[in-house]
Amino acid sequence: MSNPARAESIEQLDRLLAALMAKGVVTEAELAAQQASTDRASPEIGARMVARAWLDPAWRAMMLKNGTEAVEALGVSMAGAPPLGVLEDTARRHHVIVCTLCSCYPRAVLGYPPHWYKSFSYRSRVVREPRAVMAEWGSPVADDIELRVVDSTADYRWMVLPMRPAGTEGWSEDQLAALITRDVLVGVALPKLPA
Amino acid sequence: MTPRFAAGTRVLVKNDWPEERGPCHIRTPHYLRGRSGQVERVLGAYRNPEDLAFARPAEERVLYHVLFDQPGIFPADGHAPDKLLVEIFEHWLEAA
Repeated sequence: MSNPARAESIEQLDRLLAALMAKGVVTEAELAAQQASTDRASPEIGARMVARAWLDPAWRAMMLKNGTEAVEALGVSMAGAPPLGVLEDTARRHHVIVCTLCSCYPRAVLGYPPHWYKSFSYRSRVVREPRAVMAEWGSPVADDIELRVVDSTADYRWMVLPMRPAGTEGWSEDQLAALITRDVLVGVALPKLPA
Repeated sequence: MTPRFAAGTRVLVKNDWPEERGPCHIRTPHYLRGRSGQVERVLGAYRNPEDLAFARPAEERVLYHVLFDQPGIFPADGHAPDKLLVEIFEHWLEAA
């Protein structure tokens, strides 16, 4: 949880915004539109993409080829957002995402990053000892699986397309989407059926 | 912009440390400097963040997804089949 903003920070932000508007860099309307789109972004978008990929092979192929296009097909604007890449898990391979240099995160499809994603501990440990980190998350990785740690260092943002869990045959897109959490899309967790 | 390296090519990350020479902004993690890997895919061309960060004119550079053996880099905690997949700009790469 964040601390409440300090009065001097708010004042500083107001002065910065006033200067940017006075110089014509941004307008109030653009700021409001950006704020609204940032607030709308949540892991539900990523979950919808994955659920559809589990049901529709053509959608799956399109999403793996061009994640940005898939997001836009859901009616979410990617204007000004970095390109999105989707990493496909298989029976022999699992992906987990980190940004060791800062905290790059696919905000367009996941919303705001959680605090742990930005922590020094997660960022330094998951490249060094990814299996220990996965085990601590309650997602131990079998010995014969290739674990790919994806360090998001530059212009792309990444999300994981996990394997569809057994026991979900005949499920609807909504039922499947409910299994896909933020942590699943980052790769620290695997989709689990409700107990 | 034509990529210098195709998918599957073995590449070496330059063992360069610009941070020792002065202020800079680098998107190549320190743990990969001097390490070799394999190009997984070409990701397109993007303006060089090392210049963008200082509001300098920034040329486009080809960006690659490069795959490294994780235990080769972190032997103490590594596990045989594991990999690190990282975005690296072309000017940081040499043919291995």
